[in-house]
Order: sequence, then C-alpha cells, then structure tokens
Amino acid sequence: MTTWETVIGLEVHVQLGTRSKMFCACATSFGDPPNTNVCPVCLGLPGALPVPNREAVRLGVRAALALGCTIHERSIFARKNYFYPDLPKGYQISQFDRPLATGGHVAVESPERGLLAVSIVRLHLEEDAGKSLHDRVPGKTAVDLNRAGVPLAEIVSGPDLRRPAEARAYLVTLKQLLVYAGVSECSMEKGSLRVDANISIRPAGQNRLGTKTEIKNLNSFANVERALEAERGRQQRELENGGVIRQLTLLFNAGTGQVRPMRSKEESHDYRYFPDPDLPPLALSGRWIEEIRGELPELPAARRSRFGARYGLPAYDAGVLTADRAIADYYEAVVSAGADPKAAANWVMTESLTGYNESGRFSASAQSLAALLALIKAGTVSHQAAKKIFLELPADGADPHAVAERLGLLQVRDEGALETWVEEALAAHPQEVQRYRAGETKLLGFLTGQVMRRSQGKADPKGVQSVLVRKLESK
Amino acid sequence: MTTALRDVARDTAARLRAAEPLNATLHWAPELLDAEADRAERLEAGASLRGMPIAVKDNIVTVEQPTTCGSRILTGYTSPYNATVIDRLRAAGALIACKTNLDEFAMGSSTEHSAYGRVKHPLDPARVPGGSSGGSGALVAAGVVPAALGSETGGSVRQPASFCGVVGVKPTYGRVSRYGLVAFGSSLDCISVFGATVDTASRVLRAIAGIDPRDATSVDRPPMEPLRMPESLTGMTIGLPREYFPGDLHPGVKAGCDRAIARLRDLGATLVDVSLPHSRYAVPTYYIIAPAEAAANLARYDGARYGNRQGDGDVRALYRATRGLGFGPEVRRRILIGTYSLSAGYADAYYNRAQAARMRIVQDFHAAFDSGIDLLFTPTAPSPAFKAGEKTDDPVAMYLADIFVCPASLAGIPAMSQPLGRTEGLPVGGQLIAPAFEESRMLATAALLERHLDAAAEVR
Repeated sequence: MTTWETVIGLEVHVQLGTRSKMFCACATSFGDPPNTNVCPVCLGLPGALPVPNREAVRLGVRAALALGCTIHERSIFARKNYFYPDLPKGYQISQFDRPLATGGHVAVESPERGLLAVSIVRLHLEEDAGKSLHDRVPGKTAVDLNRAGVPLAEIVSGPDLRRPAEARAYLVTLKQLLVYAGVSECSMEKGSLRVDANISIRPAGQNRLGTKTEIKNLNSFANVERALEAERGRQQRELENGGVIRQLTLLFNAGTGQVRPMRSKEESHDYRYFPDPDLPPLALSGRWIEEIRGELPELPAARRSRFGARYGLPAYDAGVLTADRAIADYYEAVVSAGADPKAAANWVMTESLTGYNESGRFSASAQSLAALLALIKAGTVSHQAAKKIFLELPADGADPHAVAERLGLLQVRDEGALETWVEEALAAHPQEVQRYRAGETKLLGFLTGQVMRRSQGKADPKGVQSVLVRKLESK
Repeated sequence: MTTALRDVARDTAARLRAAEPLNATLHWAPELLDAEADRAERLEAGASLRGMPIAVKDNIVTVEQPTTCGSRILTGYTSPYNATVIDRLRAAGALIACKTNLDEFAMGSSTEHSAYGRVKHPLDPARVPGGSSGGSGALVAAGVVPAALGSETGGSVRQPASFCGVVGVKPTYGRVSRYGLVAFGSSLDCISVFGATVDTASRVLRAIAGIDPRDATSVDRPPMEPLRMPESLTGMTIGLPREYFPGDLHPGVKAGCDRAIARLRDLGATLVDVSLPHSRYAVPTYYIIAPAEAAANLARYDGARYGNRQGDGDVRALYRATRGLGFGPEVRRRILIGTYSLSAGYADAYYNRAQAARMRIVQDFHAAFDSGIDLLFTPTAPSPAFKAGEKTDDPVAMYLADIFVCPASLAGIPAMSQPLGRTEGLPVGGQLIAPAFEESRMLATAALLERHLDAAAEVR
C-alpha cells in the first residue's frame, strides 16, 4: 500500500494596521455602519485616482523584515482584473511580478518534525475588496464598501508544510510574529487575517508535486487544520480508487467539516494583470528600509531565549511569557520595577494571566504588582493573603500595603498575639498535644494549621512555629 | 445684480445659445454662468484668468453639471467632487462656461462617436471638428469662448485644434493633475488646452499646471513661466522628422507646412532633417496600450453603484445589459481589443510588445533632442477636416488621422498644434514637439510664428 506525503502551502492575507486605507484617507475602522467609510477613490468614482499610503508601505516593509524577506527597493502595483459587485473599480490594485519582498522564512515548531524553516516565497501589498452581504435584503445582495481599499499584505509560504497540524503551527507562529512586529491585529473574527490553503499529496519519495487544490473560506486556525485533514483524506481516497486530482478551488463548510468545489462561475479567471498606470513604481530608499528595520521590536524567538538566559526561567515559562508581546512587556515591567524574576514569572503566568485572558488587560500596574511581590518576600503578607490583595488592587489604588492594612491581611509577628493564639489552639486540642509530646512530632503541621485558622491567616507562619515548638517542649 | 463679470456671463450665454446648432455643448445654464461670475467677482483683480469663460470637456468631473463622457452609461451622472483643474481654473478667476461634447469616453478622432450626437465643424457643418475633444475645439473656433479644456490620450486636442484652426496644447504627462479626468488610457491621458491664441492657451495651461497630492503621477516642477516672446529664433535648431512628411501628405497640409518652415527659417531658426524611425509604429502601439488600459478603466461602469443601470436577475445579467446597452460600438470595440491583448497567451504578442515599441518611440525622441535639436516641427494631421461619415465605417482609416500626434502622447512629451493657414477654406495645423517640461520653449516659438503668419490666408 502506498504511503502518501502531504504538501501544504498557505496564502495569508493580513490587514496592515493603519488608520486610513491603502490609497485614500478613509478610515479602516471595523464595524461601522455600511458604506460610511468611503470616498470617490475607494468607491471607484469616475476620475478618482489612488495615492499610496506611506504608513501601509512602512508596515508592509516591517512585516517583510520580520519574516526575514529581501525588500525590493523597486516594486510595482498591478491591476488584477475581474468583475464582482464588491470590487468597485472592476480591478484590484495588487502586486504581481514585482512584489515588495521575496525570500524569507519563519521558524516553526512542528508537532512531529521539530523545528522547521518554512520559506516565505513573497510578500506583496494590495487593497481589500468590499463585502457582499447576502442576508441583509431578502432575495438581493447588498454591498458594503467600508473594507474596499483597506491595506493588506499577502504572505505566500513555500510548499514546505507536510501535515495539517504543521499548517496550524505555522499560522500561530506567523500571527505571533506579525502581532509582535506591530503590523496587524491578525484577528480572524474581524477579517484582519485570512487564510487560503493549497494542498496536494504524492507517494512518499516522489519529488514531483501532485496536483494541488485550494481551500477558501477558512475562518479559524482550527478550521484550517480540519479542512486540510478533510481534503487530504479526499485526495487520498480519490487516488487510491484510481481517480485523479483536478485543480480545484474548494470551500470549507465548518458545520459539516466537508469541502466542496466552488461553482465554476466562482472559479479563477484570467486576471490580465498589468502595471497600474495610475501608480508609479514604488521606490523605497535603502535608508528608509534600514530605518524601519531599526524600529522592529525584539521578535518572539529572540525574546524567548533572552528570557531564559537573563531571568533564569525554564523554557516552558519563557515560552508562555513571550507568546504575546503585551504579556512579555508586562512581565519585564514587573521585573524592572524590582520584582524577583522567578516570583514575577509565577505570578504573571497564574494570577495576572487569568485576569488578562478574561478582560484583555492587566488589572494591576507593574509597579503595584512588584510592590505586592516584595511584601510576600518580606513576609509582610502571606501568599494566600496576597491573592486577596491582588484582586482588590485595581479598585483600591495601587498601594498593596494600604490594601493589606484595610483588609487586615498584614501578617502578625507580635509575640504576645502569637502566644494567645497558640495557647488557645493547644487548649482546644489536648489529645494532639499529648501525642506530640509522646513523640508524634509530625503533628506540628496540624497544630500550626489550627493556630493559623484562629488568626484568620494573619499570623506569620514562621513565628507561629517557633512559639508552638517552645510551648510544646517547655512542659 | 449687475457687475462687469455678470455681463461677461450674459454675453457668453448668448454666444452659447447661438452656437447650439454645432451640438458642441452637453450642458450649460445661464444661472450657473451667473454663479461663476459672482464667484470670480470675489477674487482679486489680479487673478490670472479673471473673467475668462472656459468650456470644459465632459470627461472632466464637475459638481454643478452632470458628467456623461458622451456616453449613455453615464446619463444623469453628477460627480460629488470637482476635478483639480476645475478648482484651479476657478481660483484663477475663470468662469466654467459649459460641458462640451466629445467622442464617447474620448475614444475617437471626429466627435461622431458621442451618444448625444455628432459635433459639427464651425466652418462647414458637413465636416467633423476632429476629436475626441471636438466640442471644445469647435467652441473656441466659433469664438464662443477664448479657451477650453480638452483631454488627450493620443492627440485628441491637437488634432481637433488643427481641424478647427485654433491652438491646442498638450503638456508633459504629469504637468497637469488628472484627478477628476475620467480615465481612458491612464498612462497617456493629459488634460490639454485649446486657445484662440498661443498666449491664451499658455495662460490657461499655467493656471492648471502643478503637482497635485491626489494624483501620484503628477510631477513636482517649478511653476511654468509666463510666455515671453523672443525677438528671433536665432540659435534655435528645429528638426523636421522625415517620417512625418510622407509623399502622400495632403497638398494643402504640405503647403501650410512649407510656408511655416520658411517663416521659421526667416526668423533665424536652423532647420535640420531628422529621423524618428519608430514613429511609424506609434498608431499600432497606441491601439494596443490605450485599449488595454481602457478595458480596465471602464470596468467600473457595471451598473452596480452609479450611472445608467439596465437588466434584472443575476449580476451577470446586470453587467451584460448595462454594458451592452450603455456603451457605443467604438467603446465596445476598444474594450474587446484591450481585453484580448492582455489575455493569457496573447499578452506577450500584443501588450508586452507594444510596451517595448513604446520604449523605442521614446528613445527616438531622446536621441533627437540629445543631438542638439530644440524642437520638432511636423504637420498635426495628414489632412484637413474630413466629411462626417467618411471614416465611421473604417476604424483603421479613422485611427490614421492621429498618425502624427500619437508619438508624442506615447512619449509623454509636450506638443501643440497651431493654425498655419487654410486650404480650400479649411484650416491646416502644424505641430511643435518639445522635450519633457520644455513647454515654455515650445510656446514661445509658437507665439513668434503666430505673429508672423497669417493663419486665415489660403496656402498653396
């Protein structure tokens, strides 16, 4: 029986995070009423002309640099011609044979094959089309052109992925990189990241690629993986039954988990690309490109290894803390506010992340978290008490000591107070006291717990133990 | 309200009314002219075009008047914004007089291809005024307005200027903003100027020239200098490209050129023979590149968002009916040619080859100007104005009316036509071609020649 090898390449469209559109000054904001962010240029009115948005070009260059691409100082905008009601000019301004950047790579941790260098064939700039709304007006299609002209970078990977799970890992890494680089929000829900997947299979050991199909309409990374699994299975069954693979564009149905071919009318056309005469070649100076390179933040892989080396964190912790630029920035702010790196890591990865994952932001400032960690270290509050204080921090200013005081959570180390609680506890548990004195010293833990309970957690555990031992041994 | 400019507006309206039989206008209104006058009245007395009524080709968008491009597909369309040149004309004090008739989407050389009827030649209603800016040319020739805006893609101002006996100036590509000029062949399109005299055309061109942040192909150059007429042409070398004087040139055109050449020599210019060998490929090159760009530029007229909408049912039916009924035959022909020449498997043979030919044509001009030639002189058109209907069934014969004007369009360099005289009562035009951004040199030479030439005289 034949062993099949799967070959996958992805085309990812990423919305560049500009305030205005690629070729006009209209806002790119998401969710506004239909057809409110439009002007003669993005409506394609007679006589209107496109002018490139410098910020979009900057972000495109930044993305390409983050992906290790070669930036071409001269690239060309081209017209991609096709008719569709949500394409106002009847062509899309894109780049064709002279893209902005080529030849990069992304290091991806494959679930099965370890670290891969996935090649980036090209990154080019283009404008988005509008949106056809088929469910707004019964029996008709409505068109919203707010998206028309929104700047996109299309990032094309090489056919380097061998499993659907690798495709997903590539997407996770790519998204992380682009969010880090400040290029894009990369939200599939808002349409700021979209994926088309190309897949073919071939007998293991064969060099020639099989005929590929392209899957569209993928709305989550999980569905990219599911759709690729489904299509891999379909292709394999087809070939094993003596069939052939036809070059097709397929749509994924997330409900059924199946792919189906697009109707031939939706299928690809002859786009008749030619250089857009409205736009001179995009000429970038080497100096500007270097300036943008200088603005690039430290990227996730580099930051991960630095966190290990500089803060002494295990690889797992460094990975969690650097997965998101905001988390890594917060962690570093806490450390630079004076917190112990390991204690800060433990706290950020647990208490802070719980809140961050719920609300998308960190409730406590880095300074106040560092101050709280210092209180724990000094023994001023217990770890348990610190959790309560932490929850009160946003509501009650930034000073954890004041919060601890208000909540009565400062640890008590006063000898007299400790003796009172200890004596009460010993009086309440005469049998355990006897057993301890008979040599069952492990009961010290139980008795400590009883004292802590009486103090409502405020007693300093170390102080309690020393008073306890003294009392138990003295009689 | 009575002001000097209101009088100008009233007189202009009277002339426009009298000129209605030419069918040169598509839209004008006395109230709009009055409003233009009042607007100009508020400007300083020194505004360069204060009080000058100017006709505007109907492929330049205006808020107050509809913009139809001479096409049924844009019947009733009014632009929500003004072209940059409209703002500049108004800032200079000009009055927008009317919108003028044209070949549909500026595709044609006779202004017979308008959905709103053909324009008549002011001197002979049986003849065409040239095109595609025939309405603008005819109005200047008829004395209705002293100047008008047209547009050129491949000679659409110079050729009608020649037919009508007026001055027509195409600037360097990028000198004047295209923002608001409805696109035909975007790499070629230039808003251009008709004037009753070289000086008028020059003043209007100066007013509309200059970089525009809304047009990425407009060029940042120092403002054009006011026209300064030289004493003589001593020290100037004018090339006569032999490919532009073929043996079968119309004898009246040849006579007009011969007289002008003699006058240029009298004025001190050195006239030299020169060759532009690739100019013979200009018309075929043009008729690949311009339709290819046009096919894309006209894709937006699909009935989905604005303009005339036809057809019901699915979106394909909408496209088919809207475009099938909305575009006239010449526009449909060029969309088909352009679509074909960019199609997979044909682009190398047609579009890409035409681009290579275009480069050769450009290099010919560079070589000529680099060899010490200051300007080139040629006939503007191979014949005087022809009869209406004479070439409508033979598109190639029609295209050849632009044989001498296409090369400068492909090269993006300035060129102009000026009247040289008349043959059997019909005007003959001569063309000056200059290196990029040397409009001032070209206009100064033309102005001197204009002073020393009786353009109303018969030439033999």
